[in-house]
Amino acid sequence: MKIVAFAEAAHEAQAGLKFKKVAFEATYAASKLAVELGGEALGLVVGKGVGAIAPGLGGYGVQKAYVVDDDRLGMYSTTAYAKVIAAAVESLSADVVILPASAMGKDLAPRVAAKLKAGLAADCVALKGEGGNVLATRPVYAGKALIDVNITSHKKVITIRPNVFSPASVNGSAASVEKLPVDLNDSDFASRVTNTAISKAGRPDLTEASIIVSGGRGLGGPENFKMIEELADLLGGAVGASRAAVDAGWRPHDDQVGQTGKTVSPSLYIAVAISGAIQHLAGMSSSKHIVAINKDKDAPIFQVADYGIVGDAFEIIPEMSAQLRMALGKD
Amino acid sequence: MKLFVCVNQVPDTETRVKVGQDGKTIDRSEINLILNPYDEFAVEAALQLKDKFGGEVTYVSAGNDSHKEVIRKALAMGGDKGIHIKAENAGDSYSVASMLTGALKDAGADIIFFGKQSIDYDDSAVGTMVAEMLGLPSASVVVKLDVDAGAKKVVCEREIEGGKETVELTLPCVISAQKGLNEPRYPSLKGIMAAKSKPIQEITPSAVESLTEVTAMRKPAPKEQGKILGTDKTAVPELVRLLHEEAKIF
Repeated sequence: MKIVAFAEAAHEAQAGLKFKKVAFEATYAASKLAVELGGEALGLVVGKGVGAIAPGLGGYGVQKAYVVDDDRLGMYSTTAYAKVIAAAVESLSADVVILPASAMGKDLAPRVAAKLKAGLAADCVALKGEGGNVLATRPVYAGKALIDVNITSHKKVITIRPNVFSPASVNGSAASVEKLPVDLNDSDFASRVTNTAISKAGRPDLTEASIIVSGGRGLGGPENFKMIEELADLLGGAVGASRAAVDAGWRPHDDQVGQTGKTVSPSLYIAVAISGAIQHLAGMSSSKHIVAINKDKDAPIFQVADYGIVGDAFEIIPEMSAQLRMALGKD
Repeated sequence: MKLFVCVNQVPDTETRVKVGQDGKTIDRSEINLILNPYDEFAVEAALQLKDKFGGEVTYVSAGNDSHKEVIRKALAMGGDKGIHIKAENAGDSYSVASMLTGALKDAGADIIFFGKQSIDYDDSAVGTMVAEMLGLPSASVVVKLDVDAGAKKVVCEREIEGGKETVELTLPCVISAQKGLNEPRYPSLKGIMAAKSKPIQEITPSAVESLTEVTAMRKPAPKEQGKILGTDKTAVPELVRLLHEEAKIF
């Protein structure tokens, strides 16, 4: 059994080209599966100049990284990336491909699966290799239920939810790197990215953040999200919002947490003045620790909260920021 | 322009999921079925293009007979006709994508729209799979769309982690719509009445093939009862202590 992990890399403003956290999650998940299935985990890196960073996968469970390094792949293209990934899987005779359920991975996986005529298990939160098969567990209905999926085709494509397969330890050994031939022509770029604009520099994205502070209708207006942002920044977290707050126009759509927004699983989720409609709970109740602050003691959010304060957010949040600032030595 | 929108029927977001008797799917006895919310943005995008460039909008849905309801709902918003691919059990994303591809491959579509995901199985897969099966370029999670029909070119923006990327595509193509792309119109009474007489063609798929099977469905383990720490800011020190010592957040 050969299991290929697609290791996503991105250009960052200061750091330059580097692997995203989800790249290491994918290689780690692949290496665990390889142990269970008695196989080998391989890294696959696609992009421009990625050969230089590929050895860095070594510490995360793969000894060998294959590289598709080409100037034309400097910007993402769903058509071209899918083509080179599927070609790599074929040429390596790999059985399983693991991609992160990131914006890029979710866009690529269905194409790669269709090219390979492989079953797709998307956004998995657990994987188990057993007798040559992979049993994948994934949330459905935004987390209101879980299903176990058996991929019946020989080749299998899996995407894994960010923040779930967190690599436990890192050793320093470098992966050996082998370049794969590239066969691309102009028609492979019928869809291509021409520009990338990161709007929230300094604040992590909701789906990647390990801490999220979210605000709801109880905040009364967009101006009151300032204290939410302050608390989030203090903790190095992301800012989220309930559908009510988004529909009221207080926050942009991409801040929305819930069934028609983002499904998140951070280490800490702080819900401020959010009552906890079932569609919101679906999107965040798999968070490891949940704090709820709400005036209404009967608010459903308290049913999923580990710690709750039944009180006024306008009094409690500034106090929390003040105390955390002290505790974190950021005074 | 020849515009197609693939629509799906899903339980509404208020649904309390109960696992059905088979232990693999949800109990459908007390659920309210709706047009998948993301598909509304896809419908609106297609209707706006028809308003601008002329042409026709066709809705396609694969599934059991009740899927006709979401085709009617979309037709009430606007558009011209529907295609219902009859399948008692539509199967997994590969199976649905294969059926839609069968219906669309000789249709001469300029743009095929999808919602970015169905809010039941949350695969975010069918639209991009159809694109691949038809050999078309695609963009998913699209929040801004600019179509140049003359130059056969589309420039759009898709949501990525912490920002957006601009994608250029050639026509024909597949676009998956995200919330924020537009404000879907409400069906007018006139629209609802007109929808009743718009044609819905029924077709039978050649073969339905799934490459995955669901072996079990269950509810997530219930959370343990949490602690209420207080009713005002005097509870904050205890919260900070617990976040530090018990949750080990910092």
